Amino acid sequence: MAKIDTAFIDLGYLDTLATGDSIIHRLDPRIKVLTAAVFVICVVSFDKYVIGAMLPFVLILSLLMGLGGIPAHFILKKLALVSPFAILLGMFNPFLDQQTLLYLGPLPVSGGWLSFLSILLRFCLTVGAMLILIATTGFSGVCMAMEKMGMPKIFAVQLLLLYRYIFVLMDEGQRMYRARALRSFQGRGTDMKTFGHLIGGLLLRTLDRGQRIHLAMLCRGFDGTIRTRRAPQFTIRNMLLFFLSCLILITIRRYDCSLLLGQLLTGFVK
Amino acid sequence: MSHHIVEVQNLTHTYPDGTAAVRGISFRIHHGESVAVVGANGAGKSTLLLHLNGYLTPQSGTVRIGDFPLTRETLRDIRRTVGMIFQDPDDQLFMPTVYEDVAFGPLNLGLPLEEVEQRVQKALMRVGVEHLRERPPYKLSGGEKRAVSIATVLAMSPDILVMDEPSSNLDPRARRTLIELLAGFQHTKIIATHDLDMVLDLCSRTIVIREGQIMADGPTTEIFQNDQLLEECHLEKPMRMQACPLCNRPSI
Repeated sequence: MAKIDTAFIDLGYLDTLATGDSIIHRLDPRIKVLTAAVFVICVVSFDKYVIGAMLPFVLILSLLMGLGGIPAHFILKKLALVSPFAILLGMFNPFLDQQTLLYLGPLPVSGGWLSFLSILLRFCLTVGAMLILIATTGFSGVCMAMEKMGMPKIFAVQLLLLYRYIFVLMDEGQRMYRARALRSFQGRGTDMKTFGHLIGGLLLRTLDRGQRIHLAMLCRGFDGTIRTRRAPQFTIRNMLLFFLSCLILITIRRYDCSLLLGQLLTGFVK
Repeated sequence: MSHHIVEVQNLTHTYPDGTAAVRGISFRIHHGESVAVVGANGAGKSTLLLHLNGYLTPQSGTVRIGDFPLTRETLRDIRRTVGMIFQDPDDQLFMPTVYEDVAFGPLNLGLPLEEVEQRVQKALMRVGVEHLRERPPYKLSGGEKRAVSIATVLAMSPDILVMDEPSSNLDPRARRTLIELLAGFQHTKIIATHDLDMVLDLCSRTIVIREGQIMADGPTTEIFQNDQLLEECHLEKPMRMQACPLCNRPSI
């Protein structure tokens, strides 16, 4: 429980970051969502043994983090929290694919290890990009942007309400959990049956709250559609910015910059 | 809208499980009046309030708000006229930011965007929370949440304010700020509460409800001096009117 607890408090921190004011924060949310999508596609489309060519993307993320004022340790901690999924996905690669592909000095490195590291790197890059997107745009900003770009309004509203009330629900669940913990001694009263009652109670409370929220909406003239602020027009400047960032992303996807840099440096040395 | 009258006649309401929550209530509240509805838990206060903005329609009897009787056709006008402030601000603030929450009502009224902007700004200024504009509601303190929920209602420019336990869960300072704020409003006010000290500050008239019926309806000071009535209705004299054990001031 404590784990989930801190994870959610950090969700709040993500929101605090989103209220910041930096050059990245001020960009149009739609640009950020689209660019993030291009970024993710670029990263996942690499061949399975690639590592070096992906490194410039790390540089881009660090740059964005710096510009947006996002503390690196926060992103790293979040990545560590979800990394077990990626590790689980790739951990058998070193055993299944033992063909040696390259030598690091005297050390032979098998294709399995390479693809495992590649998976981890991809994971860090994509999840990191999403975290930075939300930390500089805010969850509601991302929802609105997706809605403006054609996501059905009902999904956007669902997501927004979910995000709004997940905190209230967590709070309520935690209070019930605490109330039970304080009165269950030596593990008694912590069985599945009481857990069922707890969940049932939470469901009933949630239904009640849902009804009250609906009432509150009705009181203010709700007629089935949620109207929100209209986003500003997509300006030429925004368009240019988007194309520029796409150009950069696709260039470093297309050309192995690490390799080119390496060749350049070794050329100098010679 | 020169006369924001609230008139309830012989109102009854029985819930599907057979609980008769309101059993023949009649009263008439005039323009600019500030009225407290007090009574024990389960006396029928909340059920009564739910009729005033048309969430429940009368099973028998009538409710008239201003010039309209409460029917399905007039619901929209009535909800614009009557602003309802809920007991739990978390129920009232459902949008991602304070701004959007306050703008929710005016946008639903179909007002032009500049007008919405003005109204939001004015409402936030009125309750003194302009600085919270872009904040998400779940991060606010109890007092701030309460102020914002009042702003969400003010932005609709209602004539009548209906409040359910506005001072509950507030620290003394926040409660005092709220009372001062409410005292400055010109609206017709109907406040259901257990906070009788606040009633003393805000409402010149009090309606006492017990088991779905009106036990007394009159000037607040008179009602609060009727010890027997208060006792019967599970109420207690406001602290300020009670005897002081330290300075030996007698009870009023």
